Amino acid sequence: MAVAEPEAMQQALDRLTSGEAVLSLSETEAEAAEGFDEAGETMIMNMGPQHPSTHGVLRLVLELRGETVLRTKPVIGYLHTGMEKTGEQLTYLQGPTNVTRMDYASPLFNELVFSLATEMLLGIEVPERATWIRMLMCEVNRIASHLLFMATNGMDLGAVSMMLYGWREREETLRFLEKVTGLRMNHNYIRPGGVAADLPDGWRDDLLRLLELIPPRLEEYDVLMTGQPIWRERLQGVGVISAEEALALGTTGPILRSTGYAWDLRRDLPYLAYDELEFDVVVGTYGDCFDRYAIRLNEIRESIRMLVQLADRMPGGDYRIQDKKVTPPPRGRIDESMEALIHHFKIFTEGFKVPEGEVYAAVESPRGELGCYIVSDGSATPYRMHIRAPSFVNLQTLPYLMQDSLIADAVAIISSVDPIMGEVDR
Amino acid sequence: MTPLVDPLLSGPIGLQEILVVVFKVVVAFAFLMVAVMFMVWFERKLIGDMQNRIGPNRAGPWGILQTLADGVKLFFKEDLLPDNADRFVFKLAPYLALIPAFLIFTVVPVGGNYSTGDGTVSLFGEETLLQVADPPVGVLFVLAMSSVAVYGVMLAGWSSGSKYPLLGSVRATAQMISYEAALSLSVLSVILLSGTLSTSGIVAEQSQWNWNLWLTGFIPFAIFLISGTAELNRPPFDLVEAEQELVGGFHTEYSAVRFALFFLAEFMNTVTMSAIIVTLFLGGPNGPMFGPEWLQSWVLPSLWFFLKLFVFLFVFVWFRATLPRFRYDQLMDMGWKLLIPAALGWFLILAGIQVASDNDDINLALVVIVGVAIFFAGMGLLMLAMRSSRRQRQLSGVTD
Repeated sequence: MAVAEPEAMQQALDRLTSGEAVLSLSETEAEAAEGFDEAGETMIMNMGPQHPSTHGVLRLVLELRGETVLRTKPVIGYLHTGMEKTGEQLTYLQGPTNVTRMDYASPLFNELVFSLATEMLLGIEVPERATWIRMLMCEVNRIASHLLFMATNGMDLGAVSMMLYGWREREETLRFLEKVTGLRMNHNYIRPGGVAADLPDGWRDDLLRLLELIPPRLEEYDVLMTGQPIWRERLQGVGVISAEEALALGTTGPILRSTGYAWDLRRDLPYLAYDELEFDVVVGTYGDCFDRYAIRLNEIRESIRMLVQLADRMPGGDYRIQDKKVTPPPRGRIDESMEALIHHFKIFTEGFKVPEGEVYAAVESPRGELGCYIVSDGSATPYRMHIRAPSFVNLQTLPYLMQDSLIADAVAIISSVDPIMGEVDR
Repeated sequence: MTPLVDPLLSGPIGLQEILVVVFKVVVAFAFLMVAVMFMVWFERKLIGDMQNRIGPNRAGPWGILQTLADGVKLFFKEDLLPDNADRFVFKLAPYLALIPAFLIFTVVPVGGNYSTGDGTVSLFGEETLLQVADPPVGVLFVLAMSSVAVYGVMLAGWSSGSKYPLLGSVRATAQMISYEAALSLSVLSVILLSGTLSTSGIVAEQSQWNWNLWLTGFIPFAIFLISGTAELNRPPFDLVEAEQELVGGFHTEYSAVRFALFFLAEFMNTVTMSAIIVTLFLGGPNGPMFGPEWLQSWVLPSLWFFLKLFVFLFVFVWFRATLPRFRYDQLMDMGWKLLIPAALGWFLILAGIQVASDNDDINLALVVIVGVAIFFAGMGLLMLAMRSSRRQRQLSGVTD
């Protein structure tokens, strides 16, 4: 990787620290700056938290000259629900129900990273089938999440039909997730020790049907958007970031990859059994909005490629670890066995105890590196649980991406960063 | 040949003539209202189909009364006036948008047999044209009214005392004025060929399938369609109200009846712009003629006219369902660097052809070939220049 040459890195740092893109303005100052600044002909404009294209409740304070964005101040916290703190009150088995609500567009990844961290603390190894089911579900979820991006990206640029098409295909993937987990979103399916239930009968047919359905639809997207001159005009050369800047800002996922820096945890720090799958890491060249769009579109194709392999090579065996201290006994055993009843009671009242220690686990979520840091004091609840949310870190790039662009570009840029505010505020 | 003045008004004007005119006004207004109602429903239903949705289906059969229901709802809503608004202008603006939209429609001939007759029909014993008014400067009137409509949008945004509408109105001013230029220049080609500014005259000139669409060589039509869409603020040129960027653009602060008026104006404009396109380029009521006298004078011409109108209404909805929105600077680029030069160049070619065909000494074929060749070479060069400058911009963006 020809990145991080000292000179380029220094240039990037100079730009990031110059303060030319970031607007530092207190709320009182912003309120005082009503109307125009006569001297500089600039205007402070508030965008959000109630705005059609701020993806939930992101708020931006923009300094404008005409329609040109000079400096930006992203304001977050409008969806703060204290989930990390809540996590300290919940047992490790209840944990996934909590974290799954953070990145609500790709809930399974949250559950996965929490479960991986817990398992690392427990020092247990989940059965092979559980690992493969997790990969399968996560890749389906990645498709759903990227389809959601396609939908919102299209809508933010005024291609309103795209929103409906994106939702339509996402609905199909959610249908599969629902059949397996019982819920469309916030599944609480991946848990410490394995997954909640085995794949249902006929899952393979359902999956293959889904995999047959989506590729032709992606071709349609290509016709509707990728090859569309207006679409290309709107995205190419907009919101450009260099690899050095992206690295310095700690971005991951499609934003980092769009600069040409091939960093994908699935390949570079393999977890689960990704090292046994064949797939490519999609990278861009220019680091602009179009690259980020194209990367996500092609990542759907890569996920499909992976899913075909997963469907063919799904191993047999248990879908969760047979460790009575971690996994609740089957319902039938409770009536017969006193021991099973006790285990069941203990797991669901007190929860299982986790050895003292701290651990960091990371997975490649659709938005980038999703990490979970857990400190355990030996009790049944985490002493501290922190989620390294990719959206939160990626959001830092907004002022630099938006500098000297137009308001219309700003909307395209927010869309291409694809932040999920539930994850940003936690 | 069509008479220079509407035969209704050529003689002495008495009570009966006045009543006929009033009748026509009422009918035209009622028609336009119904057409708008239909158009809103049609757009929502069609775009629903294109997007795999059902669309409105609650009010009335197939949801056809949806617009009426919406109108009633808006009528009873609280009418908010922002504190910062310039009260008088704020109240005035919706009417400035609505009235021109209606006035444009008055000069559109919606029927009348121009192919085998002189375009007049008999109404209450009076010979008259099937349009509310037929001023000798009909086309100029259309252009003037569409310029007035700019004020509605501009003043609405400006008087709201809010930043998003202000940005919307700035966009509106620039966009509508620059596309007005392209629009007028493409109309020039039509006027050149027809030799008249009167709408009924233009229609009469195209009454034998010699529609301006092919007589002017398609390019003015394409330019008119594009700049007409921009003039209407319809997608992909709906920057003025771009929901995803400016929330609602110029009408962000409007609510209740005032908002309904803007809404009405927008759809009325869509209908009238389609009617103008049909009149200028597609021969208005021209079409196959057969059957008895009443069929030829009353039914068929209007039927052809509305069929053509319908095609354009469909096209506008189709645009909206398919195309992403332009960006402000790209829109201006396209207007000034592409449409206006193209319209001007094509106008010169048509003028050259006109001169050549009037003059026996000049070889017509040579003029056509040389003119078209120069035109396309020039446009090609222009496109190349634009592309290289864009690449330059993008590259500088990357290295920044």
